[in-house]
Amino acid sequence: MDTVTESQRTLYPYVTGSSVVAIKYKDGILMAADMGGSYGSTLRYKSVERLKPIGKHSLLGASGEISDFQEIMRYLDELILIDNMWDDGNSLGPKEVHNYLTRVMYNRRNKFNPLWNSLVLGGVKKGQKYLGTVSMIGVNYEDNHVATGLGNHLARPILRDEWNENLTFEEGVKLLEKCMRVLLYRDRSAVNKIQISKITEEGATVYPPFSLKTYWEFSAFKNPTVGAEVHGSLLVVNEMKQNFTWISA
Amino acid sequence: MFRNQYDTDVTTWSPAGRLFQVEYAMEAVKQGSAAIGLRSKTHVVLACVNKANSELSSHQKKIFKVDDHIGVAIAGLTADGRVLSRYMRSECINYNYTYESPLPVGRLVVQLADKAQVCTQRSWKRPYGVGLLVAGLDESGAHLYYNCPSGNYFEYQAFAIGSRSQAAKTYLERKFNNFTASSREDLIKDALIAARESLQGEKLTSSVCTIAVVGVGEPFHILDQETVQQLIDTFEIVREEETAPAEPEAAAEQDAATEQASGADQGGAGNQGGADQGGSPMDI
Repeated sequence: MDTVTESQRTLYPYVTGSSVVAIKYKDGILMAADMGGSYGSTLRYKSVERLKPIGKHSLLGASGEISDFQEIMRYLDELILIDNMWDDGNSLGPKEVHNYLTRVMYNRRNKFNPLWNSLVLGGVKKGQKYLGTVSMIGVNYEDNHVATGLGNHLARPILRDEWNENLTFEEGVKLLEKCMRVLLYRDRSAVNKIQISKITEEGATVYPPFSLKTYWEFSAFKNPTVGAEVHGSLLVVNEMKQNFTWISA
Repeated sequence: MFRNQYDTDVTTWSPAGRLFQVEYAMEAVKQGSAAIGLRSKTHVVLACVNKANSELSSHQKKIFKVDDHIGVAIAGLTADGRVLSRYMRSECINYNYTYESPLPVGRLVVQLADKAQVCTQRSWKRPYGVGLLVAGLDESGAHLYYNCPSGNYFEYQAFAIGSRSQAAKTYLERKFNNFTASSREDLIKDALIAARESLQGEKLTSSVCTIAVVGVGEPFHILDQETVQQLIDTFEIVREEETAPAEPEAAAEQDAATEQASGADQGGAGNQGGADQGGSPMDI
């Protein structure tokens, strides 16, 4: 009797990237991500480029399994190649690429073999700005600002308060840096090597990496146990409470 | 074109480098009733002369909507036209599903042409016997293409196919320079007049002629009979005024290419029914 091989499908991710944050600004889209590739809880790879230009009009940012991101890049490279080979004055814009990715992600999910990524797709075509996201289960939507992973919980509240339609490039970068700094403090899989990229009608630019200045003199960081009363167990504390009258401080 | 020993199947070349089966397929297009297309910067209009087998039957459907931004008029074997329209609709829907964007007309036309070419290179197939006038709108503007059974396709400012299309073409050749800047109404008017040319004296009414329009902000749709009749009535009035002075010029209109005369001509000039074009039509 021949043994039947268990079908190969993705069960869990191995090397992962953390959050991507992106916003629309005056001239186009700004996107930020760090350059970390975590291997479980180890911050193993520190120069992983997670922001890539796609064709003339789009920018892709990915979090999640890095090898699946590389596979997606191969799909998109082929898509753009064929689009260019038509050589007919038409080209795929960010909306089309986003929808294509949604179809790919959703179809893989349906086969129980997902590409373990959360993607951000932004771009400008004919003056129209576009920013959208797709998750590994095919959930997709567009908005003025999007993020993946923990970015949704830490960065988007900041963006909801401080984003507006007419951000200049400098204002946009400052806003993204603020978001990335919060992620750096609070996300254990973030590394302090950030890349920012922009896309405008003229084209895409991925800037060289830089690191954020951090401040560790917060009293909450320096003295995290202030306010905790006695060193010991809860039972000891309760017993002591019964035997003594505490003078309120 | 006469029978010869090289015309039995499509995979046989003649010594002169012709594929006779493909040329015969193009003849089938010429037997169908006329289909006319014209385009401006923002609109494309298709007009068809409808034939009915008998008074008792309905008219053949010659214009098909392929998508909101593309439509097609056919001449030749209607069944082949129907099948190709279904293919085009399928391609448009699939593209829209994947990219949430309308399929650029130029790409659809190339896919159609490649499909037709396959039939010219398989011994177990025959070429499609239908010519298609594809009218559509995309990012790069308004387009009118003609797809032949040979697998060739061309882009046109204005064109006519089918029987007695030469009369329509003659009219279009005189007027096409103005089409780019034409308004939607003028374009439809020119389409109707071109259709009348290919009717050769028969009365132009909305039961004989179908019109379809696609334009910026206007999805592809076929105009209903009432609207077409109204348009014909509006234009016919103008036409009757022009008839009287135009009579003596009819004889001089053989080579009307550069004529700047009024739009009226009796259509008797330069008309070839099932045209014989010296040399291979595929060399156009």
